[in-house]
Amino acid sequence: MLKRTPFYDFHVSAGGKIVDFAGWEMPLLYRGIVAEHHQTRNSGSIFDVSHMGRLEFKGKDAQVFLERVCTRGLADQKVGQSRYSLVCNEGGGILDDVIVSRDTKHWTMVCNASNREKLNHWFHQVRHDAKLDFDMADQTESTAMVAVQGPKVIERLAEHLPVDVRALKRYHFETGSVMGLIKFTVFRSGYTGEDGVEIVLSAKLAGMAMKMLGSGMDKPNATLKPAGLGARDTLRMEAGMPLYGHELTEQTDPISAGLGWAVDLNKDFIGAAKLREVQSAGPKRKLVGLELEGKRIARQGTPVVKGGRVVGEVTSGTQSPTLDKSIAMAYVDAAESPEGTQLSVDLRGTENPAKVVKLPFYKRTK
Amino acid sequence: MSSVPTDRQYLESHEWHKTEGDSVTIGITQIAADELTDITYVDLPKVGKKVSAGQPFGVIESVKATSDLYSGVTGEIVAVNDALKADPGLVNRDPHAAGWMIKVKGTVGDKLLSADDYLKKTGH
Repeated sequence: MLKRTPFYDFHVSAGGKIVDFAGWEMPLLYRGIVAEHHQTRNSGSIFDVSHMGRLEFKGKDAQVFLERVCTRGLADQKVGQSRYSLVCNEGGGILDDVIVSRDTKHWTMVCNASNREKLNHWFHQVRHDAKLDFDMADQTESTAMVAVQGPKVIERLAEHLPVDVRALKRYHFETGSVMGLIKFTVFRSGYTGEDGVEIVLSAKLAGMAMKMLGSGMDKPNATLKPAGLGARDTLRMEAGMPLYGHELTEQTDPISAGLGWAVDLNKDFIGAAKLREVQSAGPKRKLVGLELEGKRIARQGTPVVKGGRVVGEVTSGTQSPTLDKSIAMAYVDAAESPEGTQLSVDLRGTENPAKVVKLPFYKRTK
Repeated sequence: MSSVPTDRQYLESHEWHKTEGDSVTIGITQIAADELTDITYVDLPKVGKKVSAGQPFGVIESVKATSDLYSGVTGEIVAVNDALKADPGLVNRDPHAAGWMIKVKGTVGDKLLSADDYLKKTGH
């Protein structure tokens, strides 16, 4: 049985094309992936991301626990601050990438929908084995979450939200309430490479919130329009952001994925020993960006070749709507990873030239 | 409820086949184009190449996925729609006419479906 978010009826009435994503009925698109992508970069889009896991931790050992399972240093994380982190297994393989936020009396974590069950099991196991004393709650199904992303979003939301979103710093969050009724938390973060926020609120009030947030969305020149998972993927790819199941898997480690900045090797966390080895020896393969010649797309699994040898594999690829180029992310042998290296991708038997470029492919200018 | 032109025949893999004289024009349906979403590239063979019924003759790529294109005809390609090189989006906009892909000199096999059967088999 597929699950539905509190916004399912909205998706259907807005013309959303519903697909199965990680066991949830989610909108792939409404008007078109490319149209929704451009809308996000030029103005603003609303994405339903309620399917993502939302976990809460509180109690005596909550912070100790999170320090243990997360690669990121959290000791100096302030109340109201969010941090990106990996959760690794003992071998340094990535179990998930998450955002950890510190509130006054508790911590919250947002994780991928596809890894929620896995993390729940893993966290229970770690808590038990380490005999840690804290409470853990899965609030995914009692809450809803939307991402509102684009250059015009902050100004637009400043009109409606009783929180000073303009002053809210990147990777910080604040809790507020509308009419004293609808309590929400707004995070200044996102997965598109644009400015914007992610809002968490009670599932029961999601419908009401969408009415307020989304009024006038069907007008042709609306500032905010709904966007689906298809555009979410093309946007994050342009922004060089990894996706679990593609750039991040249990067979890859954060150092090779270029995420060493989210790893505190001075801290003792699960997987630290292995990651220190990778760091000191240098990763054998590295995640790079590729720009393909021509219009063909290299998808996950496409071999990267040089001089007749396989030197890597593509993890994600698409035609970039903003840059009008075929882009891909791939793991390649460390020796082939420097910017400018000329490689090829094997597209169904045809070698298509591809050049190593710096990530991200797209950066917001402002 | 979807509809597709009744003046042609179909493969379950969404390729339409329109007989015009001694050749058959092949393209994909609006249903397929909508599934693919924004098409970015159509890889078609050259005029003169032979195709076989049941075999792929090309590849179509979109932001979302890459798919093989199948022929329901055996014969020689006598024309290829060059407009698709510069404008692959034509397949999304007008897949049943201007978005045609190849013309094959040959006859349709008996594995092809009527418009109704195609819609039934593909659940539309």
